[in-house]
Amino acid sequence: MEQMIKLTIDNKDIEVVQGTTILEAAKIIGVDIPTLCYMHLEDLDIEHNPGGCRICVVEVEGRKNLASSCNTKCVAGMNIKTHSMRVLNARKTVMELILSDHPADCLVCAKSGNCDLQTMANNLGVREIHYKGEQSTYRVDYSPSIIRDMDKCIMCRRCETMCNVVQTVGALSAINRGFETVVSPAFEMNLEKSPCTYCGQCVAVCPTGALTEKDHTNHLIGDLADPNKTVIVQTAPAVRAALGEEFGMVPGILVTGKMVAALRNLGFDRVFDTDFAADLTIMEEGTELLQRLDAFLKGDKKVKLPILTSCCPAWVNFFEHHFPDMKDIPSTARSPQQIFGSIAKTYLANKMGIKREDMTVVSVMPCLAKKYECQRDEFKVDGDPDVNYSITTRELANLIKQANMDFVTLPDEDFDNPLGESTGAGVIFGITGGVIEAAIRTAYEIYTGKTLEKVDFVSFRGMEGVRSAKVDFNGLELNIGIAHGLGNARKLLEEIRDGKSQYHAIEIMACPGGCIGGGGQPLHHGDASIIAKRAAALYREDAGKAIRKSHENPYIIKLYEEFLGKPCGELSHKLLHTHYFDRKDVIE
Amino acid sequence: MGKYKMHILICSGAGCRASASELIQNKFELVLKAKGLENEVQVVTTACFGFCEKGPIVKILPDNTFYIEVKPEDAEEIIEEHIIKGRQVSRLLYAATINKEVVSNAQNSGLHKKQIRVALRNCGFIDPENIEEYIARDGYSALGKCFEMLPQTVVDVIKESGLRGRGGGGFPTGLKWEIASKYKADQKYVVCNADEGDPGAFMDRSILEGDPHSVLEAMAICAYSIGADQGIIYVRAEYPLAIERLKVAINQARQYGLLGNDILGSGFNFDVEMRYGAGAFVCGEETALIYSMEGLRGEPTIKPPFPTESGYKGKPTNVNNVETFANIPVIINKGAKWFSSIGTEKSKGTKVFALAGNINNVGLIEVPMGTTLREVIYEIGGGIKDGKKFKAVQTGGPSGGCLTEKHLDTPIDFDNLLAAGSMMGSGGMIVMDEDDCMVSMAKFYIEFSVEESCGKCTPCRIGNKRLYEILDKITKGEGTLNDLDLLRNLSGVIKDTSLCGLGQTSPNPVLSTLDNFYDEYIAHIVDHKCPAGRFKALLQYAINPELCVGCTLCAKNCPVNCISGERKKAHVIDFEKCIKCGACMDACKFNAISIQ
Repeated sequence: MEQMIKLTIDNKDIEVVQGTTILEAAKIIGVDIPTLCYMHLEDLDIEHNPGGCRICVVEVEGRKNLASSCNTKCVAGMNIKTHSMRVLNARKTVMELILSDHPADCLVCAKSGNCDLQTMANNLGVREIHYKGEQSTYRVDYSPSIIRDMDKCIMCRRCETMCNVVQTVGALSAINRGFETVVSPAFEMNLEKSPCTYCGQCVAVCPTGALTEKDHTNHLIGDLADPNKTVIVQTAPAVRAALGEEFGMVPGILVTGKMVAALRNLGFDRVFDTDFAADLTIMEEGTELLQRLDAFLKGDKKVKLPILTSCCPAWVNFFEHHFPDMKDIPSTARSPQQIFGSIAKTYLANKMGIKREDMTVVSVMPCLAKKYECQRDEFKVDGDPDVNYSITTRELANLIKQANMDFVTLPDEDFDNPLGESTGAGVIFGITGGVIEAAIRTAYEIYTGKTLEKVDFVSFRGMEGVRSAKVDFNGLELNIGIAHGLGNARKLLEEIRDGKSQYHAIEIMACPGGCIGGGGQPLHHGDASIIAKRAAALYREDAGKAIRKSHENPYIIKLYEEFLGKPCGELSHKLLHTHYFDRKDVIE
Repeated sequence: MGKYKMHILICSGAGCRASASELIQNKFELVLKAKGLENEVQVVTTACFGFCEKGPIVKILPDNTFYIEVKPEDAEEIIEEHIIKGRQVSRLLYAATINKEVVSNAQNSGLHKKQIRVALRNCGFIDPENIEEYIARDGYSALGKCFEMLPQTVVDVIKESGLRGRGGGGFPTGLKWEIASKYKADQKYVVCNADEGDPGAFMDRSILEGDPHSVLEAMAICAYSIGADQGIIYVRAEYPLAIERLKVAINQARQYGLLGNDILGSGFNFDVEMRYGAGAFVCGEETALIYSMEGLRGEPTIKPPFPTESGYKGKPTNVNNVETFANIPVIINKGAKWFSSIGTEKSKGTKVFALAGNINNVGLIEVPMGTTLREVIYEIGGGIKDGKKFKAVQTGGPSGGCLTEKHLDTPIDFDNLLAAGSMMGSGGMIVMDEDDCMVSMAKFYIEFSVEESCGKCTPCRIGNKRLYEILDKITKGEGTLNDLDLLRNLSGVIKDTSLCGLGQTSPNPVLSTLDNFYDEYIAHIVDHKCPAGRFKALLQYAINPELCVGCTLCAKNCPVNCISGERKKAHVIDFEKCIKCGACMDACKFNAISIQ
């Protein structure tokens, strides 16, 4: 039985379970002790409490110094003051120290208005910085996806926890000592030369403007203004489930129609849906799964199982860095973003009667790795990328604000066609478990020749880091594995490497929660319950769709008839599949 | 040391080795051989005698004569005169600075009179690379004795002795062992913290160099009492001689069955390995040390959990400092009562100090707890150099504070030093005289803390830097009175909010100099003067109107035209414009210009 202990916080008596921290105990009685470096993403089971910032200090009677409430456990009989003179002075002084080594360029900072440090300094009533002195000056590190401006780093080290503990990527860690301490790739190399996968989880948790996405909106505005360019846009499923948050809407509201209206208003010539490409991905990946399964069951020793999904570019980077020996295991299907770009610049351009070079393809993604992915050489034709620019949900929100739109009151509009029609299967691509659910919906019907009675595979859903489920394929029991977060992915990959994996197919998404928790999404500011709300929104959209299986999408059927031929056919292989590289050198 | 009639002990501590004591050893051996005495007189290399100021030291047994500042070419004379003819070589004897009394016998010198050597009992007496010499002086008998006791009884003896941790915190050692022994685990560790990092401190190094087996024996005793079978010595890589001697000692102990499986037939297994630190001060903090041993960045974490519960690899780990361990075998051998009869009520036994600064006898000393600062500085330390006036003594290194004249008769122990605004620390003791500027002293220590902060928590990472910047401003004569308020507030907040002991104590030198030498701060700020005359920025050239004849030569030589005055009348320097180049003083033929 849990032992209860009694203590007093701000003159209120309270009883808590032994092991409770002072911070948690205070919350129970409505005392919200300010924190800065602390982060607890309860739904994802991620806790970061190094006690480094020292903002959350409180006074414990009889103790000689102040205690950091985030990692000091309650002891029976403690008498705690969270806002005594001594505490307030200490907290304010510590904040002044942080600000004394922080550039005062809030007005032009990408995080302005969205910055935890700014908010906290204001809440603490800091109006003057008494301690002035040398400030850190680091060169800004520009990678294809992420910008590191370490002058703005406050050493909360949340990014390190995400990068090392949650994602097990190991790109970021503290180096040097004392005032010179900075979070950096090894030897202060550029992020581009590190094992960074551009998952962007560091950006998602950074409380300041130290880690931000590389902004591509300026390029795109230029192309929109160019009369010779046909600019088309695709939007990933996770975007519509989160964009509203940037405009003050409660999390979990789908804003698909408003988003389409806003994009059209911004001047895009066609507004399409990445969900269409997701359906196409399922046709290719599902077919590949069945082909591999078939060959495997027939005893073909060259064919390996499990097959791994390949939609997530951060995940692709991860296995190219850490598991290149297994690069023949993932599906060769390109990600929906790239499948869209490839089809747009061939099939669509042809249909519209425009030249490839006159078409600009933009993607709106919840993701930072997509910025890197669309620049990869294998996704270019004569130097022209299939997808020209990838912007994040946050960047789109910013563009909408700049275009003076009242987003909340925009009337709903529909996607353009032919690349705008999608099924429920394409929608759930944005959630952990969604890609494999979509794939199974199609693979089941093709393999068994029967119609699925129940489209919802509830056993695939949820927020647990590693999940497994079984599906009955007409007597053949298929073992499905699902992992989100690269640390969880690593566990499954090591099982495969050790020959212990029991799975036929595994879905992996780099970000906790899947794309809905991506590094390009509106910031959750430590409230991970938002991610579950976004998931619920996408499942709602799926449930409400008339067509919920990719192979039933009439435009997909038409695309194969008119252009591609058959799934995994010759043209598909050229346009919709890819190959992977051994990039182990970046981690050695 | 049986068959030889006489022994020539040559110090091979790092200090004396740096002064070529190895050459001296070779020379003695050559001369002895040439005179056919090699079977009668043995040359022994020992560790630090503690009198580093006058090294290299050579000691002759059995008469205990010690020679100072010996050079290789003195070997011939010492052997000819002392060994053969029995006459001391008086020119190499130590003459006490105060009364000029020549001291020949090591036991009689002021340096040694007040000392009791417990932790350093073997340093300077045995060859640290020869386990038999350690065994000859009761080495490993304490371990054997422990095997006849229950582990808990061993813990009880240490508890009863009142031994407190010598690394700085002064935590009761027996209590720590007891806590570690209470946790149940499949694996426990005993760690020796040899990450000595205080500026000027070298007691742990001397023990490791001079008596490595005492540490190994103590670790084995500790392991036996808490139920561990693995020991790790975390030693900084910049102690190569200590590392070398530890390696030799570990190998010898293994050969003698004193480390390894079934030690002395007791059924008890214990072995020791070494880990090298890169010399980060903060790695002396036990949680940071454990991180470092695990191959991670040396950063402290919050306690609890204490390492005794969850330490190295998450297992119960007892971490003790070198000097603490060095006391253990003696306590077991001579008993808790004997040990607790030395020292004060709450601080038992002795403490080793590294005596440094402006003092005549720089070196390593070991005194009973309760000895006064006056005895240490004037009797053992031989007083202040060049007859200058004592100003302050900094104890506890960068975490301590400075103590002044009024504290000189305070008996040294953990609690008294704390009450006086300083701390015991690991035993650094730096003496300052009237020419030392206390503001710059505070600045020096803060600079150390700035460099050694691990950077994890805000107050230590940025706060110490800001303290340094304010102090720097003051020493340059640019400080304001408001800066003193800022110094006080910031020092208080850093102490109050820092994560580990480094930050919690780093402002102590600032606070104690503010308390004891406030006038010096005021002199820097208000009068733009350094009373100790330390800083060029605060020097002032002034013309004595009595001596100035108004020759104008100074004004003509001044590159910035800051000297004015009518011909044949006294001139004046404009301090605001003066760049302190000294050209005026060089030019003046009437000695009318001086530095204030």
